[in-house]
Amino acid sequence: MQDAIAKLKSTKPLYWLLLAVLVIFSLATLFPFLWMISASLRTDVDLFKNPMNWIPQSLYLNNYKEVWTAIPFAQYFLNTVKLSVIITVLQVVICSMAAYAFAKLKVPFKNLIFILFMTNLMMPWHSIMVPQFSVVSSLGLYNSHAGYILIQLFSGFGIFLMRQFFMSLPNELNEAARVDGYNEWKIFWRIMMPLSAASLSTLTIFTFTFMWNDYLAPLIYLNDDTLKTLQLGMKAFQTEHTMDYGLLMAGTVIATIPMVAVFLLGERFFMQSVATTGMKN
Amino acid sequence: MTSKRLANYKSYVPGTLFILPAFVLFAVFIFVPLIYGFVMSFTDYGGFNVTPNFIGFNNYAHLFKDDYFLVSLKNNLVYTALFVPLTMVLSLFAAIALNNVLHLRKYLRMAFYFPYITSMVSIAIAWGLLFNPVSGPINYMLKAIGIANPPEWLMSSQWALLAIILVAVWKSFGYYMIILLAGIQGIPEHLYEAAELDGASKFKQFLYVTLPSLSPTLFMVLILTIINSFQVFDLVSVMTDGGPGRSTNVLVFRIYQEAFINYRMGYAAAMSTILFLIIMVISLIQFRLEKKWVTY
Repeated sequence: MQDAIAKLKSTKPLYWLLLAVLVIFSLATLFPFLWMISASLRTDVDLFKNPMNWIPQSLYLNNYKEVWTAIPFAQYFLNTVKLSVIITVLQVVICSMAAYAFAKLKVPFKNLIFILFMTNLMMPWHSIMVPQFSVVSSLGLYNSHAGYILIQLFSGFGIFLMRQFFMSLPNELNEAARVDGYNEWKIFWRIMMPLSAASLSTLTIFTFTFMWNDYLAPLIYLNDDTLKTLQLGMKAFQTEHTMDYGLLMAGTVIATIPMVAVFLLGERFFMQSVATTGMKN
Repeated sequence: MTSKRLANYKSYVPGTLFILPAFVLFAVFIFVPLIYGFVMSFTDYGGFNVTPNFIGFNNYAHLFKDDYFLVSLKNNLVYTALFVPLTMVLSLFAAIALNNVLHLRKYLRMAFYFPYITSMVSIAIAWGLLFNPVSGPINYMLKAIGIANPPEWLMSSQWALLAIILVAVWKSFGYYMIILLAGIQGIPEHLYEAAELDGASKFKQFLYVTLPSLSPTLFMVLILTIINSFQVFDLVSVMTDGGPGRSTNVLVFRIYQEAFINYRMGYAAAMSTILFLIIMVISLIQFRLEKKWVTY
């Protein structure tokens, strides 16, 4: 491939044209985000006068102040942080434990259970959301964070990803540790988990992003205003304040910032998690 | 003998304990609902403390006479028919272009991928404003380049579904681009060298080396985008609420409305079974064809 690139570079005008097209294309891709930021920094009057004049003349920061009082924004934000963190931590641990058993331990009916678990990868959650809701409400967990957390803890993808990694580790490692008197619990926490930092980061980022952005499940399970997440709050906000562009955009910008931070910090792991999707098929 | 057997049982203990939490969660929240949903689809269950009656195949029979359901199915098929090829062409173009570029590579990859990680709700709200026929920048631009009567977008039953599809393509092509990029980079160098020796042009190399070698990845992206297209909900819910009229109502949105707004859980369960079958058929096709395709 280096050869091909070198060749392309020798036909320089074509190369620079391609690069220019890509840069324009990338700016077009990012345009909605730029517009979002620009709109959040202006008064609506200013915005309606000329929607394309999107470099603000003067910064109007009031939207960012008002959004915290216009809706219980802080409450939504905290709920989202709480749910995303709890679910991510528990899901990663539970999936890693199961994955370790599949990769290194004796389990009755191991293959059958693994195949059953992997059907979860093919079956969209949407096709079981109605009966799942009935099961959760018959357990008395409707309209509670506990119910929403419980339905998110199992992940076929998580188990698959971690099992792949554990299988790549030599069995001698476990045997040596057993000789040293380690039990499986200790081997798992002291040896397996530290070794799998890269895979764990991939799964953590993948799960956290998904939970932060989740909309349909919270919509079904969380009814009280005090329980709602950012995504639900944003949607309700939009319904009430259809025309408060600046305020709405300030809300979406704040709701997006944590994801941008996670993305910039863990870009490598994002790309890895996508590559893994390719691997699993 | 007994102690040996006991030791044998004992060797299963740690593994069983490690799998137990995942197993219980899977059983209670996935497996039981799966079976229960199937049973529910033969009842008139209405949710919350109402005793359901078995009504046989009535729900299924009704589905195929139900205009609202059929419209949502039709809309979903239109969505699939446009979303899948548009996403594939765009992500393939981006992947190939990116693979031939040395400068700004990291920035470009991140820029294209970025929409994928942001929340559907946020971007749906933003796009709703961008598409606003009166005060939004899209029509402002269209008017500026001389289109006197630009579409009404989300306010128009002819254009709303297309607008949603465009946003969905914009949001997800970067994700599939990364998958395809990994596929392109996995093509062995010697294939290109051989083609070069035979005097194949760049275009011919693309046609006879890149595309065939990439076919398993392309096929996978095809399946993923199709399955993905049957799960669309967030954009519809935030941007149009299924409207105007029924023009953007899609399968999952219809299921949601029947189950959680009209409390016709049994009927919604029957729709869910249809969704389940659609995805299963696609998955089986994938399973079948994959064996044939991955031969290079």
